[in-house]
Amino acid sequence: MSLMEILMIVVPSTLLWAAPLVFTALGGIFSERSGVVNIGLEGLMVVGAFSAIVFNLTFVETFGSWTPWIAILVAMVAGAIFSILHAVAAITFRADHTVSGVAINLLSTGLTLFLVKLIYDKGETNIISKGFSKVDIPLLKDIPIIGKIFFQNTYWTSFLAIVVAIIVWYIVFKTPFGLRLRSVGEHPMAADTMGINVTKMRYLGVIISGAFGGIGGAVYAQSITSNFSHSTISGQGFMAMAAMIFGKWHPLGAMGAAIFFGFAQSISIIGSSLPFLKEIPSVYLLIAPYVLTIIALTGFIGRADAPKASGTHYIKGSR
Amino acid sequence: MSKRFKSLLTPIIAVLLGIIVGTIIMVVSGYNPVTAFTALWNGSFGDIYYIGEVVRQFTPYILAGLAVAFAFRVGLFNIGVEGQFLVGWLAAVWVGVAFDLPRIIHLPLAVLAAMVAGALWAFIPGLLKARFRVHEVIVTIMMNYVALHVSNYIIKNIITDNKDKTDLVKESATLRSDWLQSITDYSRLHWGIVIAIIGCFVMWFLLERTTRGFELRSVGFNQHAAHYAGMNVNKNIILSMVIAGGFAGLAGAMEGLGTFGYATVKGGFTGVGFDGIAVALLGGNTSLGVFFSAILFGALKVGALNMPLEAGVPNELVDIIIALIVFFVASSYIIRVFLDRISKKEVK
Repeated sequence: MSLMEILMIVVPSTLLWAAPLVFTALGGIFSERSGVVNIGLEGLMVVGAFSAIVFNLTFVETFGSWTPWIAILVAMVAGAIFSILHAVAAITFRADHTVSGVAINLLSTGLTLFLVKLIYDKGETNIISKGFSKVDIPLLKDIPIIGKIFFQNTYWTSFLAIVVAIIVWYIVFKTPFGLRLRSVGEHPMAADTMGINVTKMRYLGVIISGAFGGIGGAVYAQSITSNFSHSTISGQGFMAMAAMIFGKWHPLGAMGAAIFFGFAQSISIIGSSLPFLKEIPSVYLLIAPYVLTIIALTGFIGRADAPKASGTHYIKGSR
Repeated sequence: MSKRFKSLLTPIIAVLLGIIVGTIIMVVSGYNPVTAFTALWNGSFGDIYYIGEVVRQFTPYILAGLAVAFAFRVGLFNIGVEGQFLVGWLAAVWVGVAFDLPRIIHLPLAVLAAMVAGALWAFIPGLLKARFRVHEVIVTIMMNYVALHVSNYIIKNIITDNKDKTDLVKESATLRSDWLQSITDYSRLHWGIVIAIIGCFVMWFLLERTTRGFELRSVGFNQHAAHYAGMNVNKNIILSMVIAGGFAGLAGAMEGLGTFGYATVKGGFTGVGFDGIAVALLGGNTSLGVFFSAILFGALKVGALNMPLEAGVPNELVDIIIALIVFFVASSYIIRVFLDRISKKEVK
């Protein structure tokens, strides 16, 4: 097997696995930059995956090949609505952010499986007929070498994820909204003094993170698992959170980390068919994202520091 | 209303709210809540078999709850109980199948191995917190996944020869008891409940009756004050994680040596660790509170299995109720505000 052939297998598969992580990690950035810790990302992905699959199964006749894309929008809305629960608990009810996130995770799996049984009368849904399928990107696929590796047999969602990451970077670092979002997460009292509505910004941060988590779940379910069951989302949300931390709460960093974790995930699955990689026990690749995150936090590869006010409540008038 | 009464009332209100919202969900989805709750009750206390199963279920819940609660009292959030639980389970079974020893040595050794494995697994986040100020929540979450994959690997490649399940632990290392099973109509009840109750007592004694416990609690209340008073904050942080991990490892031994008697390759988490968070929160992070809330959650979980059979309601409804209880306990601030309003009105 030549290097070219290996790359033609590994690169599209890496991007396939990375896309949902990129979306969800970007969501995590909105929430954490506003100062609300969101370990409910996993649950938000579950909600996104569930609503996308249900929509896809129900409306595939009506919308045809556009179904998966519309399902992403539906999942986005569902994730955003579900995340309001976390926002209300963590911001208005002053619940511990981590505990509320745990509740979101528990609630999402319970609720979605309950609904699956209610709607379909069995433990998992059917397999969708129209998911995201492999495409060759027009024009770009004809570039010599690069075209073959990056733009053939690949998925639109992977490129959408990269474009969105760049947009998010622009929003968070180059717009007034982004500045306000970050200031609320770093020093809410100073932001409040300058007339920024801390509560509103934090609500927005959490709800946007819900929308992105929903998209992440929808992309994962419609391109990788193709149905919804209790094991559809198993740790992707936490891995996205790891990507966010490993990328130091920066959209492009998180994207890079997510692509790397996507690589590790895809290698642990397709590695056995590749030369020299099959010698490595897959357990190393499976645990790599988590171990690397711990090492990153410890500061061996440049310290990763969370936004200063993350996890704290802002109570007007208290010092 | 006294403060003590209020802190007792808050979890009860949270449970009631959880049940009320669960009822609303059932009514909206067209189920009959009365038959559902009757099925839930019958499935947890309706028969001696079910009672045995409830006790079997809340045994690891108590220990997982203690693992969360103990760390919480020292100001740490141990969300890594699931991982510590898995390595404890693995270690107990490993010792259980690998050695041939007299029962008096073998069983304690297997239990001890689980405790040590859990403690070591929790030592890492404790050390990183103390030494590098890394937030324990994230490290323990990551350690959960590392535990899952590593224990799967060890089961598949080291303990067995590419199988998904280990052999049963040796007779000399099992917690199972024919007598306990026979008096509960052959449920999977085992001796682990004794260990869990001792665990509750140890936590209470350690925290409330020893100097070390006083230090641990001081660190939990205010690290800076504890440091100023000459206590070694870092040492106490690590110690609390190690003890918490020990409890979680014991919870794993309950499953490995008691309920199942073997370890399997797992596709995902068992959920015991996360339920432990619910148990600890509802129990107000005290050992007695953990004991009672573990009974509640154990009964809910076991009774839930009867709901699809007797009432046609998916058993996930109970997971929803548990999640809602966590949600409402976490939002206890708003419940307290509400209670304050009521008590003020009474004064007028």
